[in-house]
Amino acid sequence: MAKYLLLKHYRGAPASVNDVPMDRWTPEEVTAHMRYMWDFIARLENTGEFVDSQGLSPEGTFVRYDGEGRPPVTDGPFAETKDLIAGWVVIDVDSYERALELAGELSAAPGADGKPIHEWLEVRPFLAEHSAVTD
Amino acid sequence: MDESLLRTLTPTVIGVLVRRGADFASAEDAVQDALVEAVRVWQDGLPHDPKGWLVTVAWRKFLDAARADTSRRHREARVEAEPEPGPGETVDDTLRLYFLCAHPSLTPASAVALTLRAVGGLTTRQIAQAYLVPEATMAQRISRAKRTVSSVRFDQPGDVATVLRVLYLVFNEGHGGDVDLVAEAIRLTRQLFALTDEPEIAGLLALMLLHHARRASRTGPGGRLVPLAEQDRSRWDTRLIAEGVTILQTALARDRLGEYQAQAAIAALHADAPSTAETDWVQIVEWYDELLLLTGSPVVRLNRAVAVGEADGPQAGLAALAEVSPDLPRYAAVRAYLLERAGDLEQAAALYGEAARAATSLPERDHLTREAARVRQRLQP
Repeated sequence: MAKYLLLKHYRGAPASVNDVPMDRWTPEEVTAHMRYMWDFIARLENTGEFVDSQGLSPEGTFVRYDGEGRPPVTDGPFAETKDLIAGWVVIDVDSYERALELAGELSAAPGADGKPIHEWLEVRPFLAEHSAVTD
Repeated sequence: MDESLLRTLTPTVIGVLVRRGADFASAEDAVQDALVEAVRVWQDGLPHDPKGWLVTVAWRKFLDAARADTSRRHREARVEAEPEPGPGETVDDTLRLYFLCAHPSLTPASAVALTLRAVGGLTTRQIAQAYLVPEATMAQRISRAKRTVSSVRFDQPGDVATVLRVLYLVFNEGHGGDVDLVAEAIRLTRQLFALTDEPEIAGLLALMLLHHARRASRTGPGGRLVPLAEQDRSRWDTRLIAEGVTILQTALARDRLGEYQAQAAIAALHADAPSTAETDWVQIVEWYDELLLLTGSPVVRLNRAVAVGEADGPQAGLAALAEVSPDLPRYAAVRAYLLERAGDLEQAAALYGEAARAATSLPERDHLTREAARVRQRLQP
């Protein structure tokens, strides 16, 4: 088994096929999209492959250490930052092929006109916390 | 209270219930319920006959569940009857449970989960923690696995090879929570070894013991990986090594070689050596040749190249590596190691960096990053 992160971007991924921003959809289309996402998660729970799913606010702040005894420096948000993460699903599956299959399913979520968005999702393997005992 | 006693009794009690006519899935549920009750009740003292106690309580749980399940009336009618005394449980019951839980129709992850629950007696929560997934996910995985094997006849002969693969996976993977899965894998393999006479089971047990003997020396502070050459051999567990070697020798004498015996033989040669320099690398290469004939595995070919490098020098190792696919995760790491020994520090440093990026675990990545840094330091005047 291996864990994979299916990463959704607000910005930074190549353009989707059905590339209409969500706020231009009809309310029914938004509802249908959400239902598809919940059903996807429910299916993963049912197959015993679900680990975690979270959404992120688009607003972020950059923070860094500024030396002993000083408060951290904050900056941003930066409009020019290329990558903007929207959220993720973490899965625990038997193979890389299965991870791709699930990402494909998630990418088929309906958008404008009820058609699949064909959104580009990033699939990233987790590093195991331990190396194998037999080496 | 001794939970390991409970866990040891788990497969036997499931076997008894199945013999009395319960289906495997319900029997397994009933025994888990009985284990929970035992943990509570046995705190005040062990019953006179722990196994008898568990059988009685599990059978009652099974009857209660069957009665509550009104949608399955015919099964209810069947279980209302008094149980046949039956031939009594045998070691075969436990053995069959191993086969069932590692049935070839299950995915490796499902087989692992089901084995740990039904044979190992672990709770779903413990298994979920060990594999770092939510408890609900693990519960689903187990119940689907039980459905998958529900049509398999309990008395069918099984496949030892799939059982061994499952136990090997348990040994190698999964380390979260409070359960020591390495120790659990050894316990389950020991139990299997006692049940049946098969050299490869002995081979796997020996392999586990020989690796486990080096556990204390394999990681440094902060979980840092210590390679074989740098391990403090005085910390190796000589009692486990002696036991592993004895089990392996008895198995090898049967002259039915298999991949686990060959792997154990390699581990035994390492365990036997006072240092890497004094290791019998020539014999290790011969064992890798055997292992390659048995498995044809590309990973074996890769590890063989390391051994050839030790036996006949880094150039020979690099020549052996030329026959290995560069797509393997540890290819760059092996090549970097051989190149450093051959004196090509520049390339070795670059390859260690590449190997770190291809690593599949955190300790490995950190180790390879340190190696890249170390070789770069050697490059500076």
